[in-house]
Amino acid sequence: MSQTDFDILVIGGGPGGYVAALRASQLGLSVGVVEAQHLGGICLNWGCIPTKALLRASEINHLLHDLEPYGFKADNVSYDFGKVVARSRAVSKQLSSGVAHLLKKAKVPVFDGYGKLDGVAAGGKRKTLVSKDKKEAITLTAKHVILATGARARAIPGLEPDGKLVWSYREALVPDAMPNKLLVIGSGAIGTEFASFYRNMGADVTLVEVAPRILPVEDEEISAAAQKAFEKQGIKILTNAKIGELKKTETSVTVPVEVNGKTQTFTVDRVISAVGIVGNVENLGLEGTKIKVDRTHVVTDALCRTGEPGVYAIGDLAGAPWLAHKASHEAVMCVEAIAGKTVHPIDITKIPGCTYCRPQIASVGYTEAKAKESGYTVRVGKFPLIANGKALAMGETEGFIKTVFDEKTGELLGAHMIGAEVTEMIQGYVIARSGELTEAELAETIFPHPTISESMHEAVLAAYGGALHF
Amino acid sequence: MAIEVLMPALSPTMTEGALARWLKREGDAVSSGDVLAEIETDKATMEVEAVDEGILGRILIPEGTQGVAVNTPIAILVAEGESVPDTLDIPSAKPPQPAAQSAEASPVLSAKPQAAEPTKPANKPQNKVFASPLAKRIAKQKGLDLSQITGSGPNGRIVRKDVENANGKPQKVASAPSSATIASPSGGSQVVPHSTMRKVIARRLTEAKSTIPHFYVSVDIELDALMALRSQLNATSPEEGPEAFKLSVNDMLVKAAAVALKRIPTVNASFTEEAMILHDDVDISIAVSIPDGLITPIVRQADKKSLRQISQETKDLVKRARAGKLKPEEFQGGTFSISNMGMYGVKDFSAIINPPQAAILAIAAGCKQPVVKGNELAVATVMTVTLSVDHRVVDGSVAAEWLSAFRSVVESPLTLVI
Repeated sequence: MSQTDFDILVIGGGPGGYVAALRASQLGLSVGVVEAQHLGGICLNWGCIPTKALLRASEINHLLHDLEPYGFKADNVSYDFGKVVARSRAVSKQLSSGVAHLLKKAKVPVFDGYGKLDGVAAGGKRKTLVSKDKKEAITLTAKHVILATGARARAIPGLEPDGKLVWSYREALVPDAMPNKLLVIGSGAIGTEFASFYRNMGADVTLVEVAPRILPVEDEEISAAAQKAFEKQGIKILTNAKIGELKKTETSVTVPVEVNGKTQTFTVDRVISAVGIVGNVENLGLEGTKIKVDRTHVVTDALCRTGEPGVYAIGDLAGAPWLAHKASHEAVMCVEAIAGKTVHPIDITKIPGCTYCRPQIASVGYTEAKAKESGYTVRVGKFPLIANGKALAMGETEGFIKTVFDEKTGELLGAHMIGAEVTEMIQGYVIARSGELTEAELAETIFPHPTISESMHEAVLAAYGGALHF
Repeated sequence: MAIEVLMPALSPTMTEGALARWLKREGDAVSSGDVLAEIETDKATMEVEAVDEGILGRILIPEGTQGVAVNTPIAILVAEGESVPDTLDIPSAKPPQPAAQSAEASPVLSAKPQAAEPTKPANKPQNKVFASPLAKRIAKQKGLDLSQITGSGPNGRIVRKDVENANGKPQKVASAPSSATIASPSGGSQVVPHSTMRKVIARRLTEAKSTIPHFYVSVDIELDALMALRSQLNATSPEEGPEAFKLSVNDMLVKAAAVALKRIPTVNASFTEEAMILHDDVDISIAVSIPDGLITPIVRQADKKSLRQISQETKDLVKRARAGKLKPEEFQGGTFSISNMGMYGVKDFSAIINPPQAAILAIAAGCKQPVVKGNELAVATVMTVTLSVDHRVVDGSVAAEWLSAFRSVVESPLTLVI
């Protein structure tokens, strides 16, 4: 008989749940994980990781069609789409089994099934019922239960993914064939990455956004630069756009798109619906508890506590930003708080966001507009990658780096980057922001030459009137 | 192990400073945070705090030495019972000669500017505070003392939030005894940490008032003749250009004090345990209030200067004093002080002597009053001045004589232009 009583039980084995379990184990707490599908959650299996594997392939395809400036020539470049997708799945599988191995090593039992809160046992412990299909349900008990069931694609009426012609991210990750014509609805990180992948693989892509600009959460200048870059690559972009009623045939979809009162009609092979996500709050046994749900997300305090003592919610389930690294950080914080350690609530303005389209986009903190709106007097610095030696050497001169400082205190309020490798570089600014460095420390930091990261230094200097190379 | 105390860089621009005063003597026990010495820089007088503890083994740079380069060893701290090394281990850091000993030393020092040397942070006590750069900057902007703030960041680091939350609220007071003696008003209070200048003012004036036997002599002086002369003189000024001037009453009173000091030279003096020092030059310190305290720029040899010179020099000194740009020699020294609160309309007041001077003249507002001339009532502009005097140097009759001389100069002001 395996263990059924724990200090902490985690429901959900994604980047929130499995990290919570690992940290709890490190701290000497007994912990179990309930997971119905696959360890690693959406992130490893249907999100962050497999999309990066696909985007890597599309980047290679792009390079193979852009060899001439580097002195190469290749004829009849082709790819096996099935192998491209298979590689992406293999990467996910490897990581998921890596998580299983980590949990095993940490002696964390994993229960296959859906967990559901089931009241309080004698002695005050929480009961969780784990069930799946026709298997016999078991009851687990724990002093603390962490809900980490994540989120899923939002289905808007009329745009529900049908698994065939209208895809969610899930179908878009495992297509049976390369669509020739594709329409992507929603230009957040998910929609933009798929638009970039399919365009760089050769599809005719239209990106449709209801907001006035693509990547609406990014700084306005980043959105504008991204739109320009995508259009140059041949992606059609429609903003302020409303989708009409879809008309489906066996193999195609006709989509009316209204912009400023004028309607265009697109007939495409596939539609990707990337219009946001909803929290997986159903069947968790929340009914009749003090746990509050607000617009599909569990309401928590700054330390991830729900209204019900001993029940916590982390990651996508607990709300935006829907990012794996936010879930993992909350996991550690939540477990450490349970273990009685001093913890520091998350400041969402210190959480970086990355979009792996081509060119890449990364940001942290306040956009210029948001900073002004919040009452700051700002100093803004910008540095274009065309003025950076390494970017030039690599042939990756598209993009720029922008910094936003508080005029009064020199606080780095935000940083916004578009260009090659920026997702790997944003961390420099995140450290600066987390460590509360000012422009003075950044200006005095020595950046290695030649790297694109030198532009980060220059963008700081630029905010104070002194970029050296522009 | 012997530890060298180095001349600290107290501001980013400081390359050298004067060692104004040792507050510890050789053989004194020193603990971390004790004030060892006062350093005068181009901006202000600041304190050197001990970073380590031990016994002050040897003072390497005597008091009053000017032009001590940053990072020069100024003293050696030793552990209890440890012998003091005879020489310093770092040959490059040769202590400069006191300026008073050798006039040649100064050119040698200035020929080897040490500004480019990185400053050693070891002597900067503020480095002991564990705070983020942003928290430090905001604390500085708000005038908060980081050592009074509890950090909530990783490992107790002080972060922005802590500094922002500390703003305007009474902070945790580390040393209870000092605050315990102050009855808290029910309406709450604010704790404003002392600036270095405030600390210096507090210590100097406490010392002056508690060690110098002050006594005070007041006299009423009619200003009408002086004001009439002032109008006449100002009327002769060119409209503009470098020759233009506008004498103030204060300028004329500075000159009048200088003339009186020449007539009664025993007031232009300093007391020491061994002797009374009579100064040849009449260097008048003028008290100037600045945002965080006060400072006393000096009109040197005021007796030898014309009213126009005094006026122009005073304007320049006051302007730079308020901008914090006085050089140490411009506000240190002086043989007599004047504190003028006439512009505030005060009736009379008495001032605390500025040691090592022997007297300070407190000038109140001039206002029209009925006066008796012969047997007639008349109206005159009268001001009350009060001379505070160090009785160790100046006796009552001398103080009265000086005031009489001063009054006679002010009331018959042609002396000022002769």
